[in-house]
Amino acid sequence: MPTINFILHDGQKVAVEAYEGSSVMHGAMDGMVEGIVAECGGACSCATCQVYVDEAWMEKVGPACEIEQEMLGVAPNVQPNSRLSCQVEVTDELDGLVVHVPAEQY
Amino acid sequence: MSETCIIIGASHAAAQLAPSLRQEGWAGLIIVIGDEPYAPYQRPPLSKTYLQGEKGVDDLLIRHQEAYAKHGIELRLGERVEAIDRESKTVTLQNGDVLYYDKLALCTGARVRKVSLPGADLEGIHYLRNIDDVNHIKAHVGEQKNAVIVGGGYIGLETAAVLNKLGMQVTVLEMASRVLARVTAPEVSEFYERVHAEEGVNIQTGIAVSGFEGAKRVMRVVCADGSHYPADLVVIGVGVLPNTELAEAADLATDDGILVDSYTKTADPDIVAVGDCTMHPSELYGYVRLESVPNAMEQAKSAAATLCGKQKPYTALPWFWSDQYDLKLQIAGLNRGYDQVVIRGDRQGSRSFAAFYLQEGRLLAVDCVNRPQEFMLSKRLITQQIQIDVAKLVDDTKSFKELVSA
Repeated sequence: MPTINFILHDGQKVAVEAYEGSSVMHGAMDGMVEGIVAECGGACSCATCQVYVDEAWMEKVGPACEIEQEMLGVAPNVQPNSRLSCQVEVTDELDGLVVHVPAEQY
Repeated sequence: MSETCIIIGASHAAAQLAPSLRQEGWAGLIIVIGDEPYAPYQRPPLSKTYLQGEKGVDDLLIRHQEAYAKHGIELRLGERVEAIDRESKTVTLQNGDVLYYDKLALCTGARVRKVSLPGADLEGIHYLRNIDDVNHIKAHVGEQKNAVIVGGGYIGLETAAVLNKLGMQVTVLEMASRVLARVTAPEVSEFYERVHAEEGVNIQTGIAVSGFEGAKRVMRVVCADGSHYPADLVVIGVGVLPNTELAEAADLATDDGILVDSYTKTADPDIVAVGDCTMHPSELYGYVRLESVPNAMEQAKSAAATLCGKQKPYTALPWFWSDQYDLKLQIAGLNRGYDQVVIRGDRQGSRSFAAFYLQEGRLLAVDCVNRPQEFMLSKRLITQQIQIDVAKLVDDTKSFKELVSA
């Protein structure tokens, strides 16, 4: 199982083994990662599972789709490397992925 | 000795409350008791991607089952609580087990409202609330077969959209004069009626179902006006009722929901209640009972604090969503008491618009169809309670972001 590393806003690191084919958000749920709220459960409807993708992983993770971009366009604390983690699929290629969790999701 | 918190209902609320308890510092036992055989799962996709076949049970789980054990959370699935004894601080299960609690959380949710019409127990007639309900519905899905949906609410319309996509001939029968009558303005109802018609769903409004006919299996749905519709499958979606019986039997106050304060406390200092089963105060809208995942999750966080002796009031703005066809509907706020509806975008010719509900010039709620920016930004406008310039709201030539920040 690929490992996803969540860096919390206080610097604490939570490493979670995530199921291939599931989402990074789902991995955060399993790891009970504080700061990933995921109110809509992966429907790309709430923007409460935002993460900042570590620069080194940006290319592998790829860009957001149109609706995700629109959500991110008005979500708080958005950066160029922001993604909604429910829209990032866990693959073998992403084993070791590092994402940073914002201080808050509102 | 270690303390025990028992959570009744393996629900969305429980899936959030249990880990939030750990985060708030609860060191004792956490036991989640649920009468379904599944770990807490997402219900909203049941009438959408799960029915469609895009998602399986594993995708629905809010957290995989082993994640709970890792955090010291015991799931007792397929078990049902029969009674709560507040004197001895125990719950009694159906199998006779008696469990002691120091703190108790009622996350009992809601159940479907059933109809008591003639023939309502024929095979092929289903409700939609649980994984098993949808599995049964799926068994009757077939191209060119006839599906009749009773009730034009969100569940009924989402189900109609999916069954239509799966190749069924779908009819929706709604008793009120329009679909979504309980939750949206006529303008929005009209929009959904148009889209469903364009997609090939037959929507009939102002029609009362009087019964179901068939030998063993349902064959047709009969209406009070004498009309009837052939049916290989019937799905009834006419609302839900809060599961308040355990609370009532334990002498906790209820009123269309278990009464709680903004800290999710009941009258018993050791018992909280969270989610669809609660009647709770909302800063903007007074006392409300919400059928809503975000509400369950936000209340759960407040409840976790309460159970750990802290105070985190629940103040979140209600919001909802519904996916049908290529329509992403996002709703912020509650529109009850609105005196004005204004539309941004072309609701008659396109599939993208927002309906704003105002009361005395302030924004109460908004229904956004394929308008994520309007949705996200309106959440803030609603919370701020400021006077809104309607001319700006409807000016679709400028981006909403620009209008709001101007």
